[in-house]
Amino acid sequence: MKQASRPQGLFTMSGNEAIARGAWEAGVRVGAAYPGTPSTEILESLSTYPEGDVHAQWSPNEKVALDVAIGASFAGVRALAAMKHVGLNVASDSLMSQAYIGVNGGLVLAVCDDPGIHSSQNEQDSRFFAEFARIPVLEPSDGQEALDFTRLAFEMSERFDTPVLLRSTTRLSHTRSEVLVGERTSPPTRAFVSDPRKNVMIPAYARLRHPLVLVRERNVGAFLDSSELSRIEPGGGGDFGIITVGVPYAYVKEVAPEASLLKLPGSYPLPERTLRDFAASVKRLFVVEELEPVIERGVRALGIAVEGKEYFSRTGELSPNAVRDGLSRAGVPMKASTQVETGYPAVNPMPRPPVLCPGCPHMTTFMALRALEARVAGDIGCYTLSALEPLKAMDTCVAMGSSIAVASGMALSGFDAHPVVATIGDSTFLHAGIPPLMNAVYNHADITVVVLDNRTTAMTGGQDHPGTGRTLRGEETHRVDIGEVARALGVTWVQTVDSYDVAAVLRTLREAIRHKGVSVVISNRPCVLDPVRIQGPPFEVEASGCTACQACMNLGCPSITWGDEWYEGRHKVRIDERSCIGCTLCAQVCPTDCIRLRDS
Amino acid sequence: MMRATTNVLVVGVGGQGVLMVSRALTHLCRESGLKVKQSEVHGMAKRGGVVFSHVRFGSEVWSPTIPEGEADVLLALEWAEAVRWLSHLRPMEGVLIADTQRLVPPFACRDRRPGALSGYAPETVEEILARVETGHALDATGMAKALGDARVANSLLLGVLSTVPALEFAADEWLQTLDEIVPPKTRALNRSAFLRGREWVENPVLPPPKIREVAPLEPLARSSIELEIHAAWCKGCDICVKMCPERCLRLDERRVAVLDDPNACTGCRICEMLCPDFAINVHVRQMEAVR
Repeated sequence: MKQASRPQGLFTMSGNEAIARGAWEAGVRVGAAYPGTPSTEILESLSTYPEGDVHAQWSPNEKVALDVAIGASFAGVRALAAMKHVGLNVASDSLMSQAYIGVNGGLVLAVCDDPGIHSSQNEQDSRFFAEFARIPVLEPSDGQEALDFTRLAFEMSERFDTPVLLRSTTRLSHTRSEVLVGERTSPPTRAFVSDPRKNVMIPAYARLRHPLVLVRERNVGAFLDSSELSRIEPGGGGDFGIITVGVPYAYVKEVAPEASLLKLPGSYPLPERTLRDFAASVKRLFVVEELEPVIERGVRALGIAVEGKEYFSRTGELSPNAVRDGLSRAGVPMKASTQVETGYPAVNPMPRPPVLCPGCPHMTTFMALRALEARVAGDIGCYTLSALEPLKAMDTCVAMGSSIAVASGMALSGFDAHPVVATIGDSTFLHAGIPPLMNAVYNHADITVVVLDNRTTAMTGGQDHPGTGRTLRGEETHRVDIGEVARALGVTWVQTVDSYDVAAVLRTLREAIRHKGVSVVISNRPCVLDPVRIQGPPFEVEASGCTACQACMNLGCPSITWGDEWYEGRHKVRIDERSCIGCTLCAQVCPTDCIRLRDS
Repeated sequence: MMRATTNVLVVGVGGQGVLMVSRALTHLCRESGLKVKQSEVHGMAKRGGVVFSHVRFGSEVWSPTIPEGEADVLLALEWAEAVRWLSHLRPMEGVLIADTQRLVPPFACRDRRPGALSGYAPETVEEILARVETGHALDATGMAKALGDARVANSLLLGVLSTVPALEFAADEWLQTLDEIVPPKTRALNRSAFLRGREWVENPVLPPPKIREVAPLEPLARSSIELEIHAAWCKGCDICVKMCPERCLRLDERRVAVLDDPNACTGCRICEMLCPDFAINVHVRQMEAVR
């Protein structure tokens, strides 16, 4: 990603890069985020613009990121916070108050939803948060709009004194298309405004702000009515009309290019006059929107007859096929999908779920936890994959940082005879794991916490965090010592273990579990991919010694697979020399000692 | 081009280079002044899961994703993925290009009982080619290895892709694109891989027919595996319980090893071999008879 401040012109970029570009062109001075698919590249991309233009940072969690952006807005400059949909839950506490306060410098929250749950724990619809907080939401439908709407969001933020939510989805964030870029603008700097009645939310002042929020809601709605943004595209005939927003607009154009359309810039607030005009021009009115019926309910609340979610799913991602099928079910004459009659018979090979990487240090921990029959409260990261066979060693996973308090609750409930263990990654621990660890010590929970410290935010592609000692721009900074944090919180039993030593991991975990009270085990092998791709000499299976017990396959290492030879009717194993990184774990667990360094 | 939009679906397994291949095509479209959208889902991409990338280009492109059944080309970097995505190909017209290399995931090797076969796609190359109008199935990885580096298989497949009539780019334009997107040191190798791909289309040699995976034994009845545990000799050391690959043993209330889940036992003899007190015998009775 080396596109920093390139000149005007047409460039191919992803939706996330376009958002970063739009923010930079809008003159953003501060950007902050916690990585989360599909939002991660927004700040990564923003950090490629000159340091003198914009301070771009990773924050330990989304609330911190939003608060940093809020602070910059108070100080009078334009600020951006970026996060994935579930990150907004974390940041929402600040958002709900800031919605009353408004802004000084423009404040934009770029939030990326994940319809279809490609890489998340749910597919909640962030547009509800806009309505909940009574702040406008803009929803770009392609890369160009991602850039344009980001600029617009900053302008609207200052004009209407409100934070603005810019909602992307996986499909927009991760689609690359041509985008016409512009130059950076320098909005007039605003001085800090000392105004406690606006900026300090004590009950007396908050009561004054709330009615203003409702006035603002009407004003933004009127603006969206008068602007070109709510766009009616008249089509052939007045039999039906479609209201749509965001990426679904592209699906509608794909399958029903002739239809009468009302393309909205966002789902909240709604431009009432435009909606009424459009509704009056057609006999039947449909809303095509992804996930929840946000627009549909809003339109219906205006007393306008409208159809939508009875034909378009409330779950998952829409697609050209889904829109075509929905309209067809609604009785709109559609060209049938070509696939239906003449298509290929569905063939379904085995599922291929994502797996841990060859040599992933998490494998040892979860194999040991399964052997110890622990009740494992998991957390969010690559290691959540250990919930699947063959490791199958994680019992619960709720939200970022939940593992430790969930484990405390299990232990304090007198759950059962199994030892209770929480597993949490380093980045997740620093995100939301510290208060629950404090709580576990404070309330005498008898649990073991395993911090899987691979010194990166691995799942999202290896971002830095306060425990890596590097910032987003790669500068050296203080490195948080997780063991010291645990001790400072009152944990008396803290041990670090090498997760490439199977026996040591098993022994250490056994001791930790035996310890009454909170014990913390830190597994300290780095991620095999980031920041450095680790590659050692590969291992091989000496087929003559292999009894096909497949104990090594319990690691779930993708380099280990069935070979062509058999023993007593079972497949002997083979190690893929190209992907094996020589971690030695399989050699350590092999009961017949037939796994060794490959002869070069 | 006949249609306003041409659709190429690139599929493979995390880490194979699906994104490199689709970005090469996107780059080429851009250079040729076409509108292009390239849509991918990553996040889990590095984790060995299914990776796919939609490339759509032409005079007008709306949806970032290819409607099912409208892919003009399905380019698969791995065999089972070719099979998985076949239904996205445009019936009668779509072109299949597939590397026949097989990446068998751990998930396909879950059934470890004697005689069990992997869950990998059972269809042979011939069976799949028979279903499509135009299909190119080649051992691209093997051919790339022969050229010096298995990793240039992607450029080789791009060479095959460059011959598809629906894509009207000249070979020189493709080579120029390759030069721009691959590391300078590997340019020559990638170029020769690309040309090798084009050459193969002229004179295709099917990879040796993959014989169906055949087990040496009929799947055995469960009753044929019997674990004999001499309770008097067991001292409850737990070694067999911890080492059992299927985790089907446990210690009972007297701390004596018992077979907890007979259905999961594969008769692998690990417990028998490792028991320090010779307290376990594994009898796999029908095995000899079948042989």
